[in-house]
Amino acid sequence: MSKRLVTLVVDPVSCDGHGVCAELFPERITLDPWGFPLISGEAIPHHLLDHAHRAAESCPRLALALLERRVSG
Amino acid sequence: MNGRATIDAPPTPRQSRVEADRVPRLLAGSDAPGSTVGLDQHWRRWGPLPRGIDSSFIDELDRSGLRGHGGAWFPVGTKWRSVRRSLTRRPVVVANGAEGEPASGKDLLLLTQRPHLVLDGATVAARTIGASRVILHVSAAAREPVARAVHERDRRGCETVPVEIVVAPDRFVAGQESAVVATINDRRPGLPTFTGVSPVRERGVDGRPTLVQNVETLAHVALIARFGAAWFRGVGTPESPGTALLTVTGRWSEPRILETPLGARLGDALGFPPHEVHRVQGVLLGGFGGGWMPTERALAMPLTEEVARAQGTSIGAGVVVLLPQGTCPLAEVSRVVTYLEAEGAGQCGPCVNGLSGLSRLMSLLASHPAALGDGLASIPVLCDLVEGRGACRHPDGVTRFVRTALQVFGEHAAAHLRHGPCAITGPPFLPLPSPHRLRRTTGMSR
Repeated sequence: MSKRLVTLVVDPVSCDGHGVCAELFPERITLDPWGFPLISGEAIPHHLLDHAHRAAESCPRLALALLERRVSG
Repeated sequence: MNGRATIDAPPTPRQSRVEADRVPRLLAGSDAPGSTVGLDQHWRRWGPLPRGIDSSFIDELDRSGLRGHGGAWFPVGTKWRSVRRSLTRRPVVVANGAEGEPASGKDLLLLTQRPHLVLDGATVAARTIGASRVILHVSAAAREPVARAVHERDRRGCETVPVEIVVAPDRFVAGQESAVVATINDRRPGLPTFTGVSPVRERGVDGRPTLVQNVETLAHVALIARFGAAWFRGVGTPESPGTALLTVTGRWSEPRILETPLGARLGDALGFPPHEVHRVQGVLLGGFGGGWMPTERALAMPLTEEVARAQGTSIGAGVVVLLPQGTCPLAEVSRVVTYLEAEGAGQCGPCVNGLSGLSRLMSLLASHPAALGDGLASIPVLCDLVEGRGACRHPDGVTRFVRTALQVFGEHAAAHLRHGPCAITGPPFLPLPSPHRLRRTTGMSR
């Protein structure tokens, strides 16, 4: 059996700190004192995947990506 | 293969036995200081590079336990295996000798004095992973000597794949793996890129799978290819076998580069007289991306990456600096943090803002400690905020440098806070490029 693990990653070079992601996905994204996203590294549960996708698609710099890994077990 | 002849051996190979426990290895020989070992001399010393190296050499690398000497100490066999070969996209090998660290000189030494060890290692890498190109990414000072060595090999028909030379931009982060690829691809040269989604091993030079390996690591590979994993393990520890090159500042009147078995006590490697411990305020291991250690503990530690990490530092690229008495360690640290801030690529918001803050706080601690409202408390908070948030490891190196400085020079910092900056006004000690070479990064603060 393998499990699908989805996490969010930000490309810090592209990110300009617009902050849209933190508004759309506050469950996993907060902002640092300079307005750049702090992203929780834990896997995103199924019921939050829609929020994650919306946050990634709404980033004006396309700096946010969902990373998918398969983990056995 | 591209149809060129492969002649590895000199006309009369005369390979004497090379004892496994003899050190130095890479720097062996009694050449006049500064002299270059040419191809014939290289062959006389080490014998020819064996023919028939193929992908099975990765297993030999695994057995050797060789780890990357560029600073990350990642297992080399594992790294080579991760560079996937495919029929349509043959990989690229990059020998990385950018050496942006001001206190390091070992890569330049190898490239200028033992270039054929590095080139042999790159050739072995290309054959093992099936690469179609070898690129030597070197500092400007190494370009001419390396070009001569490549020419020498071309004349003798040593190379089966084209070897190119690319000069690294002169900046601290230019040796970071993704920055190396950016330079070679001529896209924002010397600046790291985000590789979290597609790593360099999958998409690097020209979008091809790319192996970026430090030149010292490749020099070790050249010897493992000849003498094998068991020979390589003849010195060192089970986890950290072999030798390492160290660039040592503060032990002698001039910096020196030496080769030591891994696992040797640092004090022994430096031949440091125990009764002179009091002359040293602290030891910087791993350079400006490494960390500080108390002198006695540093000199007593067995030199391996495992031990260094357990002590909160790293061997990094083998930089060792002994900070003498008579300098203010906080002023030294502040100078370096200001340099490191300016040397950042200026691309990632958290790094730009965080390093700017750290530079300001360390400068206050050194010169105007009374202006630090909450004492030292805000410094580790800022370190926490910066760590792991850049496209490259530059911010993480700076925080380690700062955190360990506050631990090792904690009493000195407390004295600054109580009594003001100290009166020590010796000349600056930690090696930095001259100020005119310092760049300002493009601002990105909000």
